[in-house]
Amino acid sequence: MNNKFTVYALGIVGIVLLTLALSVMPDSLNFFREDKSAMFVFTLIVIMVMLYEVKLAKNSSEPIFLRTIPGLKAVEEAVGRSTEMGRPILYVPGIMDMNEVETVAGVVVLGHVANMTAQYETELDVPVARAIVMQSARQVTKEAYLTQGRPEMFNEDMVHYITDDQFAYAAAVNGIMQRDEPAACLYMGKFFAESLLFAETGNSIGAIQIAGTGSQTQIPFFVTACDYTLMGEEFFAASAYLSKQPELIAGITAQDIIKIILVGFIFLLIVSRAFFDLGVTEFNLVTWLGL
Amino acid sequence: MSFSAILGAWIAAFLTLGIFSYLYRDNPFYKIAEHVFVGVSAAYVAAISFWTQIYPNLFGRLFPKDGPLAFTGLEFDFNHEFNILYLFPLILGLMMLISVFQQFSWMARWGIAYTVAIAAGLKAFGYLNSNVLNQVKASSVDLFSGSLPFFSLGGDSVFNNIVLVVGTLSALMYFYFSKEQTGNFGRFTRLGIYFLMVSFGASFGFAVMGRISLLVGRFNDLIDYSSADYNYATLGVLLFIIVTLGIWSFQNPEQKEN
Repeated sequence: MNNKFTVYALGIVGIVLLTLALSVMPDSLNFFREDKSAMFVFTLIVIMVMLYEVKLAKNSSEPIFLRTIPGLKAVEEAVGRSTEMGRPILYVPGIMDMNEVETVAGVVVLGHVANMTAQYETELDVPVARAIVMQSARQVTKEAYLTQGRPEMFNEDMVHYITDDQFAYAAAVNGIMQRDEPAACLYMGKFFAESLLFAETGNSIGAIQIAGTGSQTQIPFFVTACDYTLMGEEFFAASAYLSKQPELIAGITAQDIIKIILVGFIFLLIVSRAFFDLGVTEFNLVTWLGL
Repeated sequence: MSFSAILGAWIAAFLTLGIFSYLYRDNPFYKIAEHVFVGVSAAYVAAISFWTQIYPNLFGRLFPKDGPLAFTGLEFDFNHEFNILYLFPLILGLMMLISVFQQFSWMARWGIAYTVAIAAGLKAFGYLNSNVLNQVKASSVDLFSGSLPFFSLGGDSVFNNIVLVVGTLSALMYFYFSKEQTGNFGRFTRLGIYFLMVSFGASFGFAVMGRISLLVGRFNDLIDYSSADYNYATLGVLLFIIVTLGIWSFQNPEQKEN
């Protein structure tokens, strides 16, 4: 562990020195933009931590510890509940396209859910609002059914397009909920005003509801109306949690280390500003870094 | 009032009240409104995408007037220059279309991979800048300068700045996954979740106010349509829906129980 943090400390020092070296290059070369130095340093630190954590995870035989996230455990319970009740699972991957990170995370989690539904022979229904999401979700679902050795259970209509329009999509999904009465409703992706419409309808039909989104304005609605909510980074970590692959879990530990670095950086900035405000130094780190 | 305006008001009142009838339960009026809404919006989005994106931006750049591909007989004059790079979106789009054939379904992956990769690359910078560095900068608050009052309800104060720093750090630590949330660390992260819940509550209230204004907008329209100018469209449709739903409910006792 100490060795790891020594590597990071040396790495950060190296990156800062590299940035300083690049920043003294003549402006005429137009090679390095000093006003973006902070971004350059931070990006390199993120890359370094990510790569090193993945390398450690690959070489380590010990499992990586991650705390339990209740909402993720509930996903398996939801699939089990649907299987017992003989009712379908409704999976909504949000209303945005694949250029949104939440949608990508939602489609990845869909793959894990499809693995479970293939295993338990549970019906899965995935209405989508974007053509590219439909293709991605189909590919992921098909792969899950093939992996589980149940290709005959896969049906392309499991993943079906409805419309791009936000509220028309919401109306259609609400209709599906009322008519098919799924035992579990999973909302994993990017949502806007339709989130409460989904969650309220799911609540009214008595479905177990699990939501996951990074949309800050929609989390309150899901927290209010769903049984479990994966908030922000919990949602992005979900695919790594569910996959149990060391390389992916290493991504989460790397993010944790980056958070620690950020906390240290915030303290450093506060102290620097305090010294500046009190007149102890003439130097303010925020100004110097061009933040 | 023209006939088309009156007809439009009746249709609008019918669709609005049809959607509202969902508050009772799923019923034929809701189904009609839902299917019309979905069908019209899907067709509308398809038409808009073609005529405002594909036609001017793709064809307009690949087959401009007097462009190198003019010999094909295809010319679209939107004042664009010929740009061969636009062949790539055309090819990716065609690959996406061809994937409807089972044996070519793999072709869709190229378009998906391109979309995801481009978005990841483009957004990485934006997220690092706005979600990380700007947040870090905003957290370096004034605590010791003496220029701020210790407490103020309406503006900056030392107390508010302390709350801001503690809230940021504790909420950030709530999303720390490599350690069990127990002991002092657990208490600190619990503080973080309280901060998050307070912010969610404020956001919830704000959004509900927005929704109420949308509802008021619909009611205003319905009130307008209930005037004699529109031949009492709202009242007529409302009466029709209530009577029909009543009859339908009595004829479907099983569904009523459900």
